[in-house]
Amino acid sequence: MNILHYWRAMWGIIGRELRRFITQRERFISALVRPLIWLFVFAAGFRSALGIAISPPYETYILYEVYITPGLIGMIQLFNGMQSSLSMVYDREMGSMRILMVCPLPRWFLLLSKLLAGTAVSILQVYVFLGIAWLYEIRAPSWQGYVWVLPALMLSGMMLGALGLLLSSFIKQLENFAGVMNFVIFPMFFMSTALYPLWKIKESSALLYKLAHYNPFSQAVELIRFALYEQFNQPAFIYVLVAFIVFMIAAIIGYNPSKGMMTGKGGA
Amino acid sequence: MNTPIALSIEDLSFSYGKKKALDRINFRIQPGECTLLLGPNGAGKSTLFSLITRLYDSRGGNIELCGFNIKRQTRKALAKLGVVFQQTTLDMDLSVMQNLRYHTALHGMGRKQSMLRIQEELERLNMFNRRFEKIRQLNGGHRRRVEIARALLHKPSLLLLDEPTVGLDVPSRQDIVDHVHRLAAEENMAVLWASHLIDEVYPDDHVIVLDKGRIKANGTVNEVLQLTGTSTIKDAFNKLTQGAQA
Repeated sequence: MNILHYWRAMWGIIGRELRRFITQRERFISALVRPLIWLFVFAAGFRSALGIAISPPYETYILYEVYITPGLIGMIQLFNGMQSSLSMVYDREMGSMRILMVCPLPRWFLLLSKLLAGTAVSILQVYVFLGIAWLYEIRAPSWQGYVWVLPALMLSGMMLGALGLLLSSFIKQLENFAGVMNFVIFPMFFMSTALYPLWKIKESSALLYKLAHYNPFSQAVELIRFALYEQFNQPAFIYVLVAFIVFMIAAIIGYNPSKGMMTGKGGA
Repeated sequence: MNTPIALSIEDLSFSYGKKKALDRINFRIQPGECTLLLGPNGAGKSTLFSLITRLYDSRGGNIELCGFNIKRQTRKALAKLGVVFQQTTLDMDLSVMQNLRYHTALHGMGRKQSMLRIQEELERLNMFNRRFEKIRQLNGGHRRRVEIARALLHKPSLLLLDEPTVGLDVPSRQDIVDHVHRLAAEENMAVLWASHLIDEVYPDDHVIVLDKGRIKANGTVNEVLQLTGTSTIKDAFNKLTQGAQA
């Protein structure tokens, strides 16, 4: 057992996930269509209805499309994180997860590699989305923003992927997953700063404001928003990092044969 | 130096809630030995496999693979193990080669060594010329061959097969049964083969009959026949499992 073994295994897992993603064209297209509809239909329609006042990182008035772009990037990663965990539940039911679990590497490492693989796929999707948005002149202020956003995407992708992993460790059957998708994705997305800024939410409901503020998805969106403007949002970074660590540890416990899902499925 | 026992199971028990799936199981498999684990559906075969592969954890009993304890030396133990699960575990949208490369990566094998081993194992199963085909394009028998090749790539000392011939036609089944028996004989590999198909037993095999979580017989085919006072393994099986559906 050596570093090279870990390295090869990690790239094996990432490579497999990327190959699977490329071969499944429908998945690629549907992952893009969703945020593009939000961008070109929803945002265009609401452009006049929703006024966005100047707030950091924006230094001037911006179009609503510009405002929701980081939120839609978050949406891509949120869906991707859930999709990865959905595929893990599927893999577990179909058995291919077993091949991963019986290989001679620590389980935490295998889960982390799986997470990295899912994040790599989501980053690929995000850059294609940003490319299309750029063609329609919805752009970051400069090209550096597209570089700055990469580490932010890595962290937010890992955090959302770890959440999906955690959920998948407690879901015994594929059928149960649809409900969880509705109970996780929609509340997380709508109770966040993806579509409207916090101060706007505060105007309507103090409770909603608090929920949105403490929602890790909001923090991920803010991290991305600031990074696109070449700014580092430290509180959001810390919040997302801590959320990632908590979700990841819980997921590792969930996948431990003596503690988590296996005992749930089996016994002692 | 003595070759360690390939698989040693001591006092192994496992329950699903209050339902006991395995009750104080004991047996050993030596290198080069092909052991058929026979039992009706629900006998506890798949549970036993899940415990050996550490997908489940048990508090009662002990499992050792080639001298390594599965709980305390998990990774060393798993490195000695090749597994073919009951359900297919191949990625349908990837090619034979991509599936096998994934496995060699998980076992830390470099590109050159991987290619060599993949060629060796696929050639043995007459599948090398189909290495670039997608799994989806292969029939059930060929998919099983790929899974067996995959399980052998890292040269395991113990090969576990969980009902690998279910759903296959007679010639495909025969090919796989022959190949696995050859592996045990020629490569000194220990094999534990779970099955409910009596005709997969060869005269030189060891047989373990499992029923309702308990071992009802454990020995060579002749020993089991003697124990039950029967002349065929089918009769012995029926007697031991009291006519449970094979």
